[in-house]
Amino acid sequence: MRHIISLLMENEAGALSRVAGLFSARGYNIESLTVAATEDPTLSRMTIVTRGSDAVIEQINKQLNKLIDVVSVMDLSDGDHIERELMVVKVRAVGSDREELKRMADIFRGRIIDVSDTSYIIELTGTGSKLDSFLHAIDRELILETVRTGASGIGRGDRILKL
Amino acid sequence: MELTGAEIAIRCLQEEGTEYVFGYPGGAVLFIYDALFNQDKVKHILVRHEQAAIHAADGYARSTDKVGVALVTSGPGVTNAVTGIATAYMDSIPMVVISGQVPTNYIGEDAFQEVDAVGITRPCVKHNFLVKDARDIAVTMKKAFYLAKSGRPGPVLVDIPKDVSNQKVTFEYPASVSIRSYNPATTAEPAQILEAAKLLLNAKRPMIYAGGGVVLSDASKQLTELVRLLGAPCTNTLMGLGGYPANDKQFVGMLGMHGTLEANMGMQNCDVLLAVGARFDDRVIGNVAHFGEVPRKIIHIDIDPASISKRVKVDVPLVGDVAHVLADLLTAVRSTQQKPDAEALAVWWKQIAEWRSRTSLVYKNSSEVIKPQFVIEKLYEITHGEAFVTSDVGQHQMWAAQYYKFNQPRRWINSGGLGTMGFGLPAAMGVQLAHPGATVACVTGEGSIQMNIQELSTCKQFHLPIKVIALNNRYLGMVRQWQEFFHGNRHSESYMDALPDFVKLAEAYGHVGIRIDSPSDVEGALKEAFARKNELVFMDFRTDPTENVFPMVPGGKGLSEIILAEDL
Repeated sequence: MRHIISLLMENEAGALSRVAGLFSARGYNIESLTVAATEDPTLSRMTIVTRGSDAVIEQINKQLNKLIDVVSVMDLSDGDHIERELMVVKVRAVGSDREELKRMADIFRGRIIDVSDTSYIIELTGTGSKLDSFLHAIDRELILETVRTGASGIGRGDRILKL
Repeated sequence: MELTGAEIAIRCLQEEGTEYVFGYPGGAVLFIYDALFNQDKVKHILVRHEQAAIHAADGYARSTDKVGVALVTSGPGVTNAVTGIATAYMDSIPMVVISGQVPTNYIGEDAFQEVDAVGITRPCVKHNFLVKDARDIAVTMKKAFYLAKSGRPGPVLVDIPKDVSNQKVTFEYPASVSIRSYNPATTAEPAQILEAAKLLLNAKRPMIYAGGGVVLSDASKQLTELVRLLGAPCTNTLMGLGGYPANDKQFVGMLGMHGTLEANMGMQNCDVLLAVGARFDDRVIGNVAHFGEVPRKIIHIDIDPASISKRVKVDVPLVGDVAHVLADLLTAVRSTQQKPDAEALAVWWKQIAEWRSRTSLVYKNSSEVIKPQFVIEKLYEITHGEAFVTSDVGQHQMWAAQYYKFNQPRRWINSGGLGTMGFGLPAAMGVQLAHPGATVACVTGEGSIQMNIQELSTCKQFHLPIKVIALNNRYLGMVRQWQEFFHGNRHSESYMDALPDFVKLAEAYGHVGIRIDSPSDVEGALKEAFARKNELVFMDFRTDPTENVFPMVPGGKGLSEIILAEDL
């Protein structure tokens, strides 16, 4: 099962490698991992997307909690949550493709953030599957490069991950 | 008052009551060694290899309830220490390792003797720190000791760059420290404790399985009381030996790959299992699926939540300090006013007696060739079961665990988790320093002892009268045994050729060496050796090269698929 795990950890050198090292050492898989400092600069917030049986996910949660730098862990998949990912795609845009790509970007509520004679850069946010859909919807030949951040997640309503 | 980072590091050790630091100097720790030189509270033990420094600190910690401390230099100092640190980590031993690092402005430049110490040790420490400012040393050291000793203990590494150790700052040692992200549990949920008590009291075939957590938590008294109150059989893991008195009639011996028939069958066939500070290791329960074939309720006491339901699904988790939780469980059992089911217990004990009557540890003694088991039995007799026994890794380790009956905790010192050859002798040094007048025996083999034999020199320098009992069968015995059983008896690289003359070698280091070839000389040699109270005696027992360790649960098999010597 796919799980999206959020965690707060000390914003210190090496904290990220402790988490990444844990996953590789114990053979857990990481689909994506995002991290940045929070409004409290002493804390970083990480979102990890992983897959595993219930037993594996339970171990992942426990092992993450066991890391000294980790302040708190929440498995967002346990309840209502929102998940967003940012994707930036550079596409070849010449001739009639320019109009078509603009139209597709609009449909997916993306924005064109850079324009050159031959290309667009399109910014899109959404769930991973929405971003996948966009890539499937446009002509594959036109894609020059893509960059995706991986998912960031947050619990709905009262589900708050705080100190 | 301003002190250098090096002086602060040593002052911190003094504040923590550190008696001994085991180490080896080098460029990056010169300031720290200078600070050591200028004081006399913390004594330094100069080993001959950094791995031994860590094992010695480890032996010191295991045989006391204190934190072991080691000091190594950067680069190879750290990499040599890694085996020792991983050994301590696998067995949850409280330890603080200070390592030197190249100066901060050299870090990352592939400087001489530079290694990413924090990176290289990350997977085998409880936590580690790189201290980039001398102002942080005191609080970091305080945290290191706190982390090492609290919760599930473990080694903590503090990496100090050379310039930081020479930086002068004001010293103030914090009285206490708190880490917001670290709050180990001490007591378990009362409701779950009550549930556990009820399960145990209603059990028809209860079994208590106690591991190293009992020793680490100093919970032998509580464990013994509970086992007696419940009238249940108790088994210890390799790490837990001594946690429950081996001479007690409710003790069924060690379990696991080389455990007794009664312990393994009891474990497999019980209906309620109480696991205490143990982690259902692969060497303990063998095949998980096979273990799961028999339905049973499992209660698991452990301070580490991640140990619970890791390999085996647990019904009643009791997360907390073993001693605390056992005390609470005792109270809960008494509060129910219920007695264990005497009738069911009688049937259960009858079954256990039947397994016991197979005498799974029996071996055929010989008047021609020395049987290794016989040496351990004699060692037990002559030391009245009161020695501290360290061991290396292999067949001799299993025989020591099987035939030396440990009645007290912290007397059996071995590398259980990592299985580190070369552990025994340096660990014995730490034990002997912690217990100056005590009898310390190191049971080893001719393979293992050569992995840290240079420490005979350290033993000479610090007058450590360890008794080395080498069960010399001219084979890497456990490897040879597995080759015999599972690899068509092809002895690929398991024969020890060109062995040194251990008697002369011991003498060259300034010790006493004795070679024993005949079974009739075993007792005399041991008596003579242990009578030499102030000398290290190296006993080279030429044992039967064909002897195997039984019983045996082959790797990947289930507990009831145990092989006894009589089966072959």
